Amino acid sequence: MQYTLRVYRYDPESGQPGRLVDYTVELEKGATVLDALGEIKAHQDGSLVYRRSCRSGICGSCAMKINGFNRLACETQVESLGRKPIHVEPLPGFKPIKDLVVDLEPFWNNLHRTLPWLINPNPPPTDKERPQSPEEFAWLEMPMTCILCASCTSSCPSFWADRTYLGPAALNKAFRYEFDTRDQGFGQRRDTLDNRHGLWRCHTIMNCNDCCPKHIRITEEISWLKRKVVEEKY
Amino acid sequence: MIVHNHEVVIIGAGMAGLRAALEVSKVGDVAVLTKVYPTRSHSGAAQGGMAAALGNLDGDNWEFHMFDTVKGSDYLGDQDAIEFMCRNAPELMYEVEHMGTPFSRTPEGKIAQRRFGGHTLNFGEKPALRACYSADYTGHVVLHCLYDQCVKNSVRFYSEFQVTYLIVKDGICRGIAAWDIRNGGLHVFNTKAVLFATGGYGRVYRITSNALANTGDGLGLALRAGLPLEDMEFVQFHPTGLYRSGILMTEGARGEGAYLLNKDGERFMKRYAPTLMELAPRDLTSRSIQTEINEGRGVQSPEQQAKGEPGDAVYLDLRHLGREKLKAVLPQIFDIAENFMGIDPAKDPVPIQPTSHYSMGGIPVTIQGRVIRDAQSTEVPGLYAAGECACVSIHGANRLGCNSTLDATFHGRHVGRTIARDLPSLSYHDLPPEAMREAQAEMNWYFDRSSGTENVADIRGELQNTMQKNVAIFREEKALTAQLDIIQNLQRRFKNIHINDRNQRFNTEVMEAYELGNLLNFVETIVVGALEREECRGAHWRTDHPGRNDVEWLKHTLAYREDGKIRLDYKPVVITRFQPKERKY
Repeated sequence: MQYTLRVYRYDPESGQPGRLVDYTVELEKGATVLDALGEIKAHQDGSLVYRRSCRSGICGSCAMKINGFNRLACETQVESLGRKPIHVEPLPGFKPIKDLVVDLEPFWNNLHRTLPWLINPNPPPTDKERPQSPEEFAWLEMPMTCILCASCTSSCPSFWADRTYLGPAALNKAFRYEFDTRDQGFGQRRDTLDNRHGLWRCHTIMNCNDCCPKHIRITEEISWLKRKVVEEKY
Repeated sequence: MIVHNHEVVIIGAGMAGLRAALEVSKVGDVAVLTKVYPTRSHSGAAQGGMAAALGNLDGDNWEFHMFDTVKGSDYLGDQDAIEFMCRNAPELMYEVEHMGTPFSRTPEGKIAQRRFGGHTLNFGEKPALRACYSADYTGHVVLHCLYDQCVKNSVRFYSEFQVTYLIVKDGICRGIAAWDIRNGGLHVFNTKAVLFATGGYGRVYRITSNALANTGDGLGLALRAGLPLEDMEFVQFHPTGLYRSGILMTEGARGEGAYLLNKDGERFMKRYAPTLMELAPRDLTSRSIQTEINEGRGVQSPEQQAKGEPGDAVYLDLRHLGREKLKAVLPQIFDIAENFMGIDPAKDPVPIQPTSHYSMGGIPVTIQGRVIRDAQSTEVPGLYAAGECACVSIHGANRLGCNSTLDATFHGRHVGRTIARDLPSLSYHDLPPEAMREAQAEMNWYFDRSSGTENVADIRGELQNTMQKNVAIFREEKALTAQLDIIQNLQRRFKNIHINDRNQRFNTEVMEAYELGNLLNFVETIVVGALEREECRGAHWRTDHPGRNDVEWLKHTLAYREDGKIRLDYKPVVITRFQPKERKY
């Protein structure tokens, strides 16, 4: 089956602005957008640049804007996108580097600001695990699947307007540790979270929920974090 | 060319690299180079679990784990190394939990454990509950936890750097060269110690569970630096790769009770492994699946049905587990079946086929993680390896599921400790100018290929297709010999590749070509090792030489590249507690 992909091309060294270029590719049934990009790169234009690695939806490299929606190229079947030209663009909200590659440094920096590690001053028991019930673990099952693909943060209008806003991915990470019964880091994370560039910048637009490839209900998590902050305060 | 000094440079940010970085960063100046962002590393794709005889749900102990690993390796694993790992696995698991990794739990709040292929109680009596898991995201959560710990400890990362050159002179490792993918340009790192944690090379096959990044970069560089590779003929095919794409469907599915069915709906494993059935080790299970396919009992795709062609898949049947349980304990593979095949695994069986998955062989190292250069275990000062790219040898001729996440984390930590201990006696050595010139010239060559005529993707595709056909689960002399000619022809064609993009920044056309060049550099070691080893052992199955031959072949292969040819040498296997026996499941 033949498909047309309308792909964003941008080379900062050319001095030209980015533009959309059409490529027509022959693809087998079940082919993904990543397969299509691979075919373009292999046989039409080797200079096309995008990030990719696992091609199975777990590494988070290949998030991009496909037909106006942030998603993973590797798990999006071209067949599901209809017969019109498929628009493939870089994630919005980040500085473009080249073609479909964007500068994710602000994304990582925001993540690191949440102190994304287990904080617990008490030494763990020797030769056994810290106990945690299945019900307590259930709180972690959703946030732990985050692959840091940046689809959510890139789709967030609050982040577009305020680049110092932590953004949904970093807040998901904060939730993952804050609601881990083994963690006692709230005192250290509170000021970063309880902040106009933290939790309170979320205006429950819910784009993050819509585009998360792991179906994480991030806005709900942010609400839980807000509630925790308020409960501790008053 | 930019020159950096770091006492220790670690190449690769999967489980082994990150765990080592945590250890080394306590005592020295360490930098981690990785060609993808650390959390993109392929350790994250491990699904089912991490083996440790915690005995949280049964009377498991580390000796059973050791026996299973030895037997699983078809007695080619070094038993001193296996004992060291299995004995300490529980303590390591607790450490991983203490760091904050989320684990599924037993009702008592302990780490939950599930069954996995080849892991048994009482030396083979019945399946053991040994795989510690976090739904089917185990590798992912351990990788992310280790990354989080590295952030906490301010480990220095050079992300999106492709290592291109290993500088060894006079038998001493002096550093590496790496290409800055994002900005372009070659960087040289002068070091006291280099740790390779570069992972596997599944991309040498057409059907693989591996990431596009898994191109065995460390192996190619070691071989080029005159060092040997060990046991390269042993390549694991995971029984259950998603049909055609080869994407991993965890063995944990069978651990939870899934069946393998042929086109007649028969649970055919009863004819191959009557005791363990679907939980037989991977080599045996993959061979059984391939036998069903080869003998005409494979499941046909709709296209094959239409054309009347025989099927080349079997079914992984999860239906009887029920939707609720699947969503609870195997959510990732549930999504994978839906997203990549359009199949609801609660309603329909999932077509699967064996998929290239793991390299038992690699850069030979001592138990301490120091790279050795010959059968006498002569060490290469300043060079270390851990994880899939290393061969300790834990896995011998066949790895058990869940032992790789353990191996990578365990040996990552251990080699980190070795480096920390060695550091005071290691020093910086001069970088030989000729090596730096050679490293730069190599990259210049890639950026000056506009007049070439050969297509990189075509050469890569031909390599993958022919390896799949000639050097996969069943092997024989004629196909192996033919494959050597094919590889040599591809190596010749590679010298004339065409690269369109001359841009220095984010030139992934050059990077993909570089990775292919590297694959072509070491892939012969797999074929020559397989050709010479005239027996069946673990994942290496010679149809023209049936049976295991302990008299002649109970030994490790060492492969060198000398004057453009592969030379083999051999090294004895360490046997302590368990004498080789016939392997039955």
